[in-house]
Parts: sequence; C-alpha cells; structure tokens
Amino acid sequence: MSEKILEVKNLHTSFFTDSGEVRAVNGVSFELDAGKILGIVGESGSGKSVTAYSIMQILASTGKVVDGQILYRGEDILKYNKDQMRQFRGKKCSIIFQDPMTSLNPTFTIGSQLMEAILLHTSRNKQEAHDRAAEMLTLVGVNEPEKRLKQYPHELSGGMRQRVMIAMALACEPDILIADEPTTALDVTIQAQILELMQELQKKLGMAIILVTHDLGVIAGMCDEIIVMYGGRVCERGTAEDIFYSPKHEYTKGLLRSIPSTGNQKEKLVPIGGTPINLLNMPKGCAFCARCSEAMKVCLEAVPEEIQLSHSHYASCWMNVKDLMQKEGGASNE
Amino acid sequence: MSNEEKKVQKLVEVEGLKQYFPVKSGWGKTIPLKAVDGVSFDIMPGETLGLVGESGCGKTTVGRSILRLYEPTAGEVRYNGELVTRKNMHEFRKEMQMVFQDPYSSLNPRMTVEDIIGEPLDVHKLYTTKGERRDKILHLMELVGLNAEHATRYAHEFSGGQRQRIGIARALAVDPKFIVCDEPVSALDVSIQAQVINMFEELQEKLGVAYLFIAHDLLVVHHISNRIAVMYLGKIVEIADADELNDNPMHPYTQSLLSAVPIPDPKIAKAKKRIVLEGDVPSPLKMPSGCAFRTRCKYATERCAQECPALVDRGNGHKVACFNQ
Repeated sequence: MSEKILEVKNLHTSFFTDSGEVRAVNGVSFELDAGKILGIVGESGSGKSVTAYSIMQILASTGKVVDGQILYRGEDILKYNKDQMRQFRGKKCSIIFQDPMTSLNPTFTIGSQLMEAILLHTSRNKQEAHDRAAEMLTLVGVNEPEKRLKQYPHELSGGMRQRVMIAMALACEPDILIADEPTTALDVTIQAQILELMQELQKKLGMAIILVTHDLGVIAGMCDEIIVMYGGRVCERGTAEDIFYSPKHEYTKGLLRSIPSTGNQKEKLVPIGGTPINLLNMPKGCAFCARCSEAMKVCLEAVPEEIQLSHSHYASCWMNVKDLMQKEGGASNE
Repeated sequence: MSNEEKKVQKLVEVEGLKQYFPVKSGWGKTIPLKAVDGVSFDIMPGETLGLVGESGCGKTTVGRSILRLYEPTAGEVRYNGELVTRKNMHEFRKEMQMVFQDPYSSLNPRMTVEDIIGEPLDVHKLYTTKGERRDKILHLMELVGLNAEHATRYAHEFSGGQRQRIGIARALAVDPKFIVCDEPVSALDVSIQAQVINMFEELQEKLGVAYLFIAHDLLVVHHISNRIAVMYLGKIVEIADADELNDNPMHPYTQSLLSAVPIPDPKIAKAKKRIVLEGDVPSPLKMPSGCAFRTRCKYATERCAQECPALVDRGNGHKVACFNQ
C-alpha cells in the first residue's frame, strides 16, 4: 500500500455573493497517494478548480470552506494558522495555473520571481538561490537559463512561461503539485511538450500531482486515478480504466459519448441534452438529473450516495442502486 | 451528358490569398507581418473543409479575408465563379456568412435576440412586413433549437451554447450557401460542444450549406470535415481528404500535430508515441527562409533553407508542401 498524503473529507466550499450562497463544492471526498497522478475532470462550474483552491486556501475573499476536512499527512490544514499555511504553500504543496501570462508578475524578472520562493522556504543564500533557480530552469527544459533569469515574462512564449511556472512550483520540492488546467491556453504541440515534461518530472522527483482539466484526452494519457465532478459533487471516481472502459455514472457515460472518436467511422455524436447547472438554484436530488436521460423519480428527490463498485471504483448514481436491488431481489427470489 | 456538365461547379475558389499587416518596428519603420502568405483552395457546394493549425498560423485571418473583413493584400476569391471585390461584397454577404469563436463578445449586449437575428434581414431588406420579419426570426430560432419565447431576451440571459446558437441563427438569416465557422465550439464545454457540432451537421443536411470550419481541435475537425487543410505560419502545408489525412499524414508538421492530439482512451494514450516538436513557432515577423517549418523539422536539409516547397498533388487530391516526404 502506498502512503496517503492528502485526504479530502466531505469538503464543502461556498461563495457568499449578493444573489445568495453559491455552493461550488458540495461534499467532495477523495484520497491522494504519494507519487500518483490524480485527475479531476468536469465542465465549467463543476467545482473542480474550487476544490483545488480550497486545498491551497487561495479562495477569493467571498469564498469559504464551510465544512469538511483536508488532511495533509494526517494534519488538518484547515486548522492551520496563517504562518503554518504559508509554510504549507510552496513547500509542501504548490500550484500552477491555466494562464501563465497572468500568473507571473510582469514587473519582475523571471529570476527574482523564481528566487523569491526559494529564499522564503529554504535556508539558501542569494547566490545559492540563484544557482538553484538556474538549475530548475534547466530541469524544465528552458534553454540558456542564465539569460532567461534576467528576462521578463513578456519576453517568453506561452510554453516557456508555463515551464517557468512549473520550475517555480517545483523549486522547493513539494510533495504535491496541483496543476489547474496547465495546458488549456497552449497549442497542441506545446501541450504535448508540457505534459511530457510533467510526467518526466513526476518520475524524477516523485511528487504527487492533482491535474485539474476539462480535457478527457489529457486525463486519459496522464492519470492513474480520476475523479469526475458535476455541480460541485463527485459523480464517479476510480482508475483511468474504470472511468473510461466501464463508466458507472450517467454523466460520465454522456461525456464519453459526446467526444468525437479517433477512428474513421463517423458516428454521430450523442450530446448531453440541456444546459449546465445553475449553482444558485441546485436541485434537491442528483445534480445531473435534469439532463439525465435515465432519470427516475428518486433522482429528483434524494442525492445518491456513493457506492463502492470494486476496490478502486466508486460512483454516486441511483442507477447502480437499482441494479444492486434487482440483483439482490433476483437472488432472494430464487 | 458531357463531361463539363457533370463536373460540379466550385462554390468558393481562393487563389493566392495574401494578407499582410503593417507592424511598426520603431524609428518610423514598418515591416509587413505576413499573416497569410499565398493560400489557395476550393470549396465545393455542401462540403466542409476543415482548417487546422496552431495559434498564429493565420487560419482565422484566412476566414476573415475571404469574407473581406480585411482587405486582402493580394489574391482572388471567387464565389460561383464570380470575382468577389470590395464593391460587390455587400451582395456576396448574402451568400457568405460567418460564425465567430466567442459567443460572449460577438453578440451585442444591448440588443434582444430578435434584433440580433433580425439585423441581417434589415440590412439586406429581406422582408416586406413586420410580421414577415418576425416569422422569419422565429423560424430561424426554431431551426437552431432555441425557444421562440426567448426572442425578447438579451444575450446575457443565455448560456454559452445557446449564445452560439444565436450566432448561428444570425448567420443563417440571409440563407447563405457558405459559412465561415471560426472556432465555433472552442469556448464551449464538451457536452455542449457535441450539441453544437450535431447542429452544424444537421443544418448542412437540411440546407446544403458549405462550411469552412476553422478549429484547433483535431478530433472535432476530423469528425465534421470532408477535407482538411493544415496551416503553418501563413501557408497550407498539407490538404487532403479527412480520413486520408488522419491515416496517412505526409508532412512532418501534420505528423507531429496528429501525434500530439490527446486521445481520450487510457490504453491508446499511454501506449502512443508522441513526436514532440522542439522549440516554439518562429515569429511571423522573422520568418525563416525557405520552408517555414524547417527550424523545427527533423528531416530538414539545405534545400529547405533555400527554396520554399510548393503544394504538390500526390494523388487523390492529397497535396503536400514538403521536399522530403
């Protein structure tokens, strides 16, 4: 058994806006093992990014974790004070964002931004921090690191900037790297470079990665385990094989049907009907029931509980309950 | 019947299209940015031509230059054999329309849906009475799957997918035969993307429109297109039947582009070998001599630095611009 380094239990995060409480994350639980890549996939508004931000405690001022626990090696980080949290961020867990342009400060050089984290979290002096920064840039495949350290973010291309972000996140050797849509703003060929780099670094440094994305293709190639989110809840979680080859939630099935296949047989796509959920107006039952073609009466009335389907595979869908009951019913009749 | 009659008339012919933008380079000098540098292709009636490439390759500019949203630097665009010029563009806009990428910024927030869809009808005076205008608008809304009761709402009251439907209804208002779709599904979520793609296909079956489908998502483009053209730094490097291009990409750039596509299947994705390109796309202001791709190409020879390869037909309409493949 590998070591559990992060455990999220029944996480609830809300934003308190003028138009009411927006329950962005609604009871999310999962575990992250050391050295594994965990993918969180979902559409916009599914709460995948907010889950990541809750772990880092970098929510917008209106947002608050209202319930639940986030355990890092058994310690609840929600009980950390400001200083402890500062120690946690960057050193134990760091994050890279979608847009590498807006997440780098345009008025500081790459070097000073990279060295800031190193000086803050380690006992290195300035010269050592400089060397470490250059070493990190080489590690992430930035050519001429000494020259780049003196450059400003606008002088680098999108792919280069994302490499710098990764170097910055990994400079203090964190146990966990959270990547929030790290390649969404990049072109396919650059995306391939960055994904390859992340996999390589993961093998070399052994950190765990939480990859937040909407792209099922990216998730399929990268992740050991996958969480599918909809409307702030976990629909289904399991290994990549569980999710892609035997999906057990109607939403996951719908998602997989709505992406074009790679082959030349052109089957018509089967879209998920309806429109994405309004978080201000959440249904009483399953969040997906309004768009689900299989919805039953019970789906409208009660939130389905998570059911364990195999040692790694969990899903929250009433269909599975129905199947189970039919099986049991069938067995008792005999 | 004679051979000539059997031959289908080309709907849109683009010949040697060039679009340069002047860029100030300091000290009062301007240098041309060659966004599109000699692009030629044809589109048949009812056909979908996919146009793919990375950001900055000029694919959007091609779409806009065809519709004369920019005045092309050089080259010709013919519609049904007739030359499209600046003067007669107004007439041709009835035949050629556009759907934009961003459903948020391409709709006027101060106009109701009815007025947004009605504007092309007003411009081209396609109705005689107010009732006729309203009927046409409601018919269009129905066509794209919008609820007719929502005609008096404003764009912000709709979700991204619905807004894109409004944009499509607006393009269809003048009953065009050709629509340039500029990344129409890139801003949408996967589940909504599938709805809109299906709608594009259904509209094509129903109305027989031809599309120039510009996108960067190769899975989507392969799904919807009959033929695909691949662009790199302002030039088409390869053009072929969609399935042919998928199975047998000849240009080294197309090969790496296809290998970089993330496949939504864990077994295939993990076993797949990516051809990872070194470096970044060069700046279009400092274009490499000869073949623009040679700086990232592993097959590049001296000849690639001296001459620019022309698009050559390798049979069955599969055209490639490369000396080495």
